[in-house]
Amino acid sequence: MSDFFKQKKLLTVFATIALLATAFIWVLLSSGPLAKIKIVVTEVQERQLEPALFGIGTVEARHTYRIASNTLGRAATLNVDVGASVEAGEILGMIDVVDLDEKINAQAALVDSNKARLSEAQARLDYTSKQAARYRKLLPSRSVSEEIDAAKQHEWTLARNQARSANSELLRAQAELLALHALRNDSYLRAPVSGLIIARHIDPGATVLAGQTLFELIDPEQLWIDVRFDQAGSKHLAQQQPAQIILRSQELQPHTGHVARLEWLADAVTEERRAKVLFTQQPQPAPSIGELAEVTVQLPLLASTPVINNAAIMRQNSQLGVWLIDQQQPVFQPITLGRSDLKGNVQVLSGLSAGQQVVLYSSKALTANSRVQQVEQLVDTP
Amino acid sequence: MISLAGRDILHAWGKFVFTGIGLGLLIGVTLTMAGVYRGMVDDAQVLLDNSAADLWIVQKDTLGPYAEPSNLPDDTWRAVANMPGVANAANVTYLTMQVVHDGGDTRALVTGIANTGPGSAGWPLRLLAGRQVSKNHYEAVADIASGFKLGDRVHIRRNSYLIVGLTQRMVSSSGDPMIFIPLLDAQQAQFLKSNDAIAQNRRRIQRNPVFNNPRNPEVLPAVLELQESNTQVNAVLVQLKAQAEPAQVAEDIRRWLRLQVYDREQMEGILVGKLIATSARQILMFLVILAVVSAAIVAFIIYTLTMGKIREIAVLKLIGTHNKTIVAMIIQQALALGVIGFIVGKIAATVWAPFFPKYVLLTTQDTISGLIAVLSMCVLASFVAIYAALRVNPADAVGG
Repeated sequence: MSDFFKQKKLLTVFATIALLATAFIWVLLSSGPLAKIKIVVTEVQERQLEPALFGIGTVEARHTYRIASNTLGRAATLNVDVGASVEAGEILGMIDVVDLDEKINAQAALVDSNKARLSEAQARLDYTSKQAARYRKLLPSRSVSEEIDAAKQHEWTLARNQARSANSELLRAQAELLALHALRNDSYLRAPVSGLIIARHIDPGATVLAGQTLFELIDPEQLWIDVRFDQAGSKHLAQQQPAQIILRSQELQPHTGHVARLEWLADAVTEERRAKVLFTQQPQPAPSIGELAEVTVQLPLLASTPVINNAAIMRQNSQLGVWLIDQQQPVFQPITLGRSDLKGNVQVLSGLSAGQQVVLYSSKALTANSRVQQVEQLVDTP
Repeated sequence: MISLAGRDILHAWGKFVFTGIGLGLLIGVTLTMAGVYRGMVDDAQVLLDNSAADLWIVQKDTLGPYAEPSNLPDDTWRAVANMPGVANAANVTYLTMQVVHDGGDTRALVTGIANTGPGSAGWPLRLLAGRQVSKNHYEAVADIASGFKLGDRVHIRRNSYLIVGLTQRMVSSSGDPMIFIPLLDAQQAQFLKSNDAIAQNRRRIQRNPVFNNPRNPEVLPAVLELQESNTQVNAVLVQLKAQAEPAQVAEDIRRWLRLQVYDREQMEGILVGKLIATSARQILMFLVILAVVSAAIVAFIIYTLTMGKIREIAVLKLIGTHNKTIVAMIIQQALALGVIGFIVGKIAATVWAPFFPKYVLLTTQDTISGLIAVLSMCVLASFVAIYAALRVNPADAVGG
């Protein structure tokens, strides 16, 4: 019986020791320098990359018409407000130039006065012309002296010039009257094209300066995105390239479009290239002007090369490269990179060939002496 | 030859093991506290390692970018990149903020990285899943400690960012997880005020007739745009050419560009020596006290264990056992207790370390030091017990 208890006790002792030893060995092997570094490997693939360029921009109207007053005055009436659709030539408002009517009246009076003057000058011209002719007829019979004939001729010449002057004065006065009428006509603000009023900068009764913008008018069917792309990588951007547009207000509903214009002027401060991207089909409802949009422009396919995920790229001693697995040992392989796409794939121009296994993820930083254990994934990914 | 220590341990195995486990948990706490201290220092160092930089260029007369705010124009890097010995230079911004996601928020160090590609200064060194940022807007790589998953959307200021990659041990000096976003977004996020503040500011400027002059309506939008744009970064990270001398390059930059430059050693001095110095010393002090208390408890346990069998020792002496045998027995028992305690302590510390909210770094060096310290303490503590055992009168064995 005592032997049985002795054996049982020994068994307990050994079990305890074995348990502790196992746990300790597990601890040593799972942490510290003896622990294997878990890695996820991937195969280098040979394929064509579909590069794309991502930029952000704002919705803008292709044409914006700023309607301003040409004269100083007061906004007497403003017929439309923001959001109104207007037809070409429609009167948007009226600027009341304070003394314009009085000026027109004065000018009309001046025209009348000049007409009277012209009539008077005309009568004088008739009379002097007849007198000059009469005296000229009498001169051969020596009934009048040459001096009197010369005086009559002189009077006629003066009368002719006076009549011409009066006529010019009348024309000037009439032209000025027309100018005042034109000014009056211009005090009506007209829509240059059919479109949508997007801004009204003043309210009725406000004083308006010459040249001050009162309304902003756009063509709502002609919206585009003013996009900014990073200058780095924008070399291959060209007109007519297809683009995907995601408006901030319609995040789940991407729109298609194309590059309509590449701007010659770049933004020197932000080091960005600007381009205009036009919608293939105008979004409904139309986005607001100035709304943020994300634009992805699809660039032409590249030639087939070895391609890796950018997560595999490491830097060792100032060299970019990847870790290859050679007989369960990591080996650092310097590589030369080419272009990349927006999904994180990068072309490898030299250093790797298709089919090679490279380390994509590792639980710790790898060295050439690291012990590694290959696993499917390091963290649960959805 | 019969092992007296072995037989005695076997005799009271349960008591011995439970004493060892109790001792082990205490040692585990001490090892963990050492790990907490090491983790704190490591958090500071890992931030520097993660920058992958040889030199840090910051605003003149500041200790930035980690210990003090620092602002530089974002084209400074061009001048730096042209200095002899510089392989490449990259802008970087750091901003500690609450990152909003799914109704909750996480404190994180948002880092803006220049569009220079993986492996560049400032970029995450390695990933656990996903990929590096490849768009220059609205993508992010987050440290796994942030709790974000691939495909999550997080909100930084007014924009939302898609988590495309997860990384590990990318933390700030205070242990906050890092979130890497493109530099342009980070610049905007860093200086972007709330919409209310912007609206109030606009109103204030509009009321100012100097800026809002009806004769010159172009002035107001220009002033407003100037107020709301940012072309600053916090630091420029520099990687040197292999043959370059860091001190010389740093001196050149200081002299010709008149900027503050720190090398790795100086930056470590700032982070470890200044930024976390007080809290690290606090932990260190606690560690020292804990180590002393643990040592005292080990000594008491061994003394008590020996005193518990003082009658048996007296019997041994009575039957003529050599003192050497008794000394060996006590020392062997003490060492066995120490070994069990250490093993239990090491296991416990390793098991519970990952559950700490901040990083606990259990180094091999600390483990070996701990083992030596525990065994030394056991031997030292057993001397007191040996002294008591050797002084025992054999007559006590038969006495009352």
